[in-house]
Amino acid sequence: MIELIDVQKHFAGQVVVHPLNLTIKEGEFLTLLGPSGCGKTTILRMIAGFEQPTEGRIVLDGADLTALPPNRRDLNLVFQHYALFPHMTVEDNIAFGLKMKKLPQTEITKRIEEAVAMTQLTPLVKRFPHQLSGGQQQRVAIARAIANKPKVLLLDEPLGALDLQLRKNLQSELKQLQRSLGITFVYVTHDQEEAMMLSDRIVIMNNGQVEQIGTPREIYATPATLFAATFVGENNIFSQDGRLFAVRPEKLRATRDTAAAKRTGVVQDVLYLGSIHKVIVQLDNEPMTVSIALDFTDERPWEIGERLGVDWGPGDEVNIGA
Amino acid sequence: MKKSGFALLPVLLWLSIFLVIPMLIVVGISFMQRDADGNLIYTFSLDAYKVFFDSLYLGIYWDTIVLSVATTVICLLLSYPLAYYIARSGPRRQAWGLALITIPFWINFLIRTYAWVLLLRTQGVVNSLLMNLGWISEPMQMLYTKGAVLLGMVYTFIPFMVLPIYVAIEQMDRRLLEAASDLGASPWRSFWHITLPQTKSGITTGAVLVYVSTTGMFVVTDILGGAKSSMISNIIQTQFLGARNWPFGAALSVIFVITSLILIALFNRAMTSRYESVKGGRA
Repeated sequence: MIELIDVQKHFAGQVVVHPLNLTIKEGEFLTLLGPSGCGKTTILRMIAGFEQPTEGRIVLDGADLTALPPNRRDLNLVFQHYALFPHMTVEDNIAFGLKMKKLPQTEITKRIEEAVAMTQLTPLVKRFPHQLSGGQQQRVAIARAIANKPKVLLLDEPLGALDLQLRKNLQSELKQLQRSLGITFVYVTHDQEEAMMLSDRIVIMNNGQVEQIGTPREIYATPATLFAATFVGENNIFSQDGRLFAVRPEKLRATRDTAAAKRTGVVQDVLYLGSIHKVIVQLDNEPMTVSIALDFTDERPWEIGERLGVDWGPGDEVNIGA
Repeated sequence: MKKSGFALLPVLLWLSIFLVIPMLIVVGISFMQRDADGNLIYTFSLDAYKVFFDSLYLGIYWDTIVLSVATTVICLLLSYPLAYYIARSGPRRQAWGLALITIPFWINFLIRTYAWVLLLRTQGVVNSLLMNLGWISEPMQMLYTKGAVLLGMVYTFIPFMVLPIYVAIEQMDRRLLEAASDLGASPWRSFWHITLPQTKSGITTGAVLVYVSTTGMFVVTDILGGAKSSMISNIIQTQFLGARNWPFGAALSVIFVITSLILIALFNRAMTSRYESVKGGRA
């Protein structure tokens, strides 16, 4: 559906996006995940048309849109800070794109009704943006975009400015919205939990380069690089005989049989987190701590300073590149 | 509430001493009479107002409003593109542009206005140039016309329009333009639907500043307009100083202030959409 072919971007001689090939499928929820400055927003802005790729082409449904200005691309962007028009009411904001497309008034009215119903804004249509809460403004931004029925919806950290509880609610709303609309979503976030929860596929980015592309399950179970292994979820990285491998905290076993265990160490801390608790262990022969997640059925008491063995099965090791 | 009231006290004092009280005095004088030597007679009278309805004064009054509105409109049409260009330039060009707008203020206003006399008079720079080029055979009468007054007014007050519009454009959130473009708006439609409404406050401020300043300006009319193209401010000045008819000068002032306020109120109302009224105060 969308193809990025050898797309790269330089700013003032600096490479911000290394050559990138990516195919986004129809109806897919694809997330660009990475720390700030990794190039994920630049990729999104190149797809939207606000940035020109230094090299490469962007193709939507077989048509090359690299040279088209944003107003002639059949996709919409939900901006990080919403960018609602302050002098227009909610319904005028939503109608804006439809008027620009010169749709008939009856169609505009119908589309506004659909969009506000889907985003639960119906009672607020006559309000101005400054009369709305952050979460409501976010909904208007989404309604304004989806009313255009774009082929692709681009979302630039749309929940970044909201508090945690609201974020959680809107995350599940977004997911449901994407399912019911069947539109392709390209989502940018630095929040790995959000990416895991929402996405069909995740592109992990670091320093302008793709570290890994995969489903949330693939990325969690078999991270391809050290960065991918540590950026998504908690991980313990071991090196042995010149190779690096990762073992997730829930795959590690704590044992009092120190002789048989693969590593030994001292309990540095015990963290109670409700459904699980974590034992933080300072290893004996390596200057690092590991984290062992124990579920609620494991009621062995651990004391700080106690010696213990850290063990795992051979199948739990995930080899990672450098 | 109480605290902010106290903080406002100096401002209120300032305004009452230098604005409200003088205005009241002027209103008071406008209802008085004068004797043959121009001394005020403290008896109530509407004479000053009756004189105003003489067709001579009504004509000047009307001319003044037309000229002030024309000055405002021309200033707006010239200033918006200029302010837009400056606000959208890089930081260096912005600094240069703003400096060039303000530098004329460093030079005495009278000198700048007399410079226009040198340019416009019959043997002036413009006429000589055009005649040497052979484009005209007779010098044109440019000085001492309404056109010269209009030119002088626009020249004098254009910075008052450029600066507020520049500030409004500069402060506008550019992401709104990206959003408009994303929603399918061409650059021209983005300008019409987003930039223009978002910079309305600058236009309103500039228009009121230019209009009010033009109505009160008599120097430009004196120097460039000659005796024939008087404005109401020239008449008011003459009544107070030359003719020593204070009641009539005061009455003209009162009438003019009231019409100006009405015009400004109407203009403000026309420029205020539901958004500004809901927001409370101008955006």
